[in-house]
Amino acid sequence: MRRSESASILHTSKESHGFTMWQYVTCLLAIMGREALRYIHQRERFISSLVRPLLWLVVFAAGFRQTLGVSIIPPYKTYILYEVYILPGLSGMILLFGGMQSSLSLVYDRELGNMRILLVSPFPRWFLLFSKLIAGVVIATVQVYAFLIIARFSGVRPPLAGYFALLPALCISALMLGALGMLISSLIRQLENFAGVMNFVIFPAYFASPALYPLWRIKETSPTLYHICLLNPFTYAVELIRFSLYCQINWTALAAVCGYTLVFLGGAILSYDPALGLTMRRQNFS
Amino acid sequence: MLDSQTEMPPLALDVRELGFSYGTKKTLDRISLQVPAGHVTALLGLNGAGKTTLFSLITGLFSTPLGSIGVFGFDIRRAPGEALRRIGVVFQARTLDLDLTVRQNLHYHAALHGLGQRETCRRTDELLDLLGLTDALMEKARRLSGGQMRRVEIARALLHRPALLLLDEPTVGLDIESRADVAASIRQLVSLGGVGVLWATHLLDEVEASDHVVVMKSGRIVAQGAVGDVILASGQTTLAGAFSKLCDVGPREGTT
Repeated sequence: MRRSESASILHTSKESHGFTMWQYVTCLLAIMGREALRYIHQRERFISSLVRPLLWLVVFAAGFRQTLGVSIIPPYKTYILYEVYILPGLSGMILLFGGMQSSLSLVYDRELGNMRILLVSPFPRWFLLFSKLIAGVVIATVQVYAFLIIARFSGVRPPLAGYFALLPALCISALMLGALGMLISSLIRQLENFAGVMNFVIFPAYFASPALYPLWRIKETSPTLYHICLLNPFTYAVELIRFSLYCQINWTALAAVCGYTLVFLGGAILSYDPALGLTMRRQNFS
Repeated sequence: MLDSQTEMPPLALDVRELGFSYGTKKTLDRISLQVPAGHVTALLGLNGAGKTTLFSLITGLFSTPLGSIGVFGFDIRRAPGEALRRIGVVFQARTLDLDLTVRQNLHYHAALHGLGQRETCRRTDELLDLLGLTDALMEKARRLSGGQMRRVEIARALLHRPALLLLDEPTVGLDIESRADVAASIRQLVSLGGVGVLWATHLLDEVEASDHVVVMKSGRIVAQGAVGDVILASGQTTLAGAFSKLCDVGPREGTT
């Protein structure tokens, strides 16, 4: 038998037709399970994800309550305490750190070689990367709810229905920030460079947003900074969360978050595409 | 060289005119090689010969800009899923998740290849038993020795019953005893399962007389065929001598 003939016989005899829906679900659950296990193993990560916003809420907000007055702006119908104002921003902060944590986790995976095991799976690459993002979304969302429960005990009490209305806003915002983290991970060569992400992504995104002060205040102080804030995707995540917490929809924020999500997601999937090879070539295999 | 007109087992891997560059540096220069099913093909070459790049291309980690790679007839570019589900791979660098147990590592990999829970448990038991790792099932990967980790990686690579096994220097960094164990395990699996193996190494004593060999140098294939044919064609009497001559290195100790 000639080689070409034998190859073609094997081709037809072993031909299969992709994966079933159940196999996709199993794969998704396995990726989520692994991320959850990693999260459980890193107890300090869970604690710090709660302590960080609580410090802002309890210490920072208490100190600035008298300094930073907040006028009546939607979705609020009356004057509010500063703690109430920064609650959505702090929820967004958890998502932002969560997204960047996924970026760190991807770089870590790449350095240890675990990423290669994921990428040589026969499932479509977009699905594998999307599953990673979904795992990050679930973990970040759980963190936000844990924070909101503690905040409620400390006296910051949005309407109960808001906790339910918040869920879709949290998911889409976490997806956007996770996709941004994934995109960033493709640009980071080594784990050590992650400190740069803190300085050039997290802090600017957080401070140039309505997380700590309303945009009208920024506009009064610096129109340029105001316009920068309008370009900041985190701005819209915070506003989407703020309105959802009061059972309202900020359509501009929703459209912006959806748009940014698509852009970041597309960029992240492209960056892990072997045809571009941005991610793996950075490892300089010989 | 292999004679394409003689009766051959099916091709597990068919690489044709494959080229690849890192920027302006040409890493693979239009190489062609075949790995028959049920045989071990040893990929010999010094560090930097392009072996790991070749593995990255076969597994789809890099795209194939020039030439083609077929795995049992499936092109890695056109049908990556079908090609990848037939490949098991052990990378040169360790890729176990050290914080997970052996069982968790294997089950994670099985799910990434679409295996159901029952099949996963059965295959895990079978392979760990075969590789002498049954006692390590619930151990965290970081507690295993280097040899055990390698054997877990081999078990993981075989979990989804691949028809082509890619081994990128799987015995590097192991002591003599562990090397022998790992090599024996692989040979045993080939004889039992009939998988095709592409085994990258620069340790010539891992090559057996019945293997096929492919010798790479600076991104090119300088010889390939049965061990005896390569030795004969190079005008040497041992594989070590042939390798030294083909790769322009000093005399080496060899066993074949």
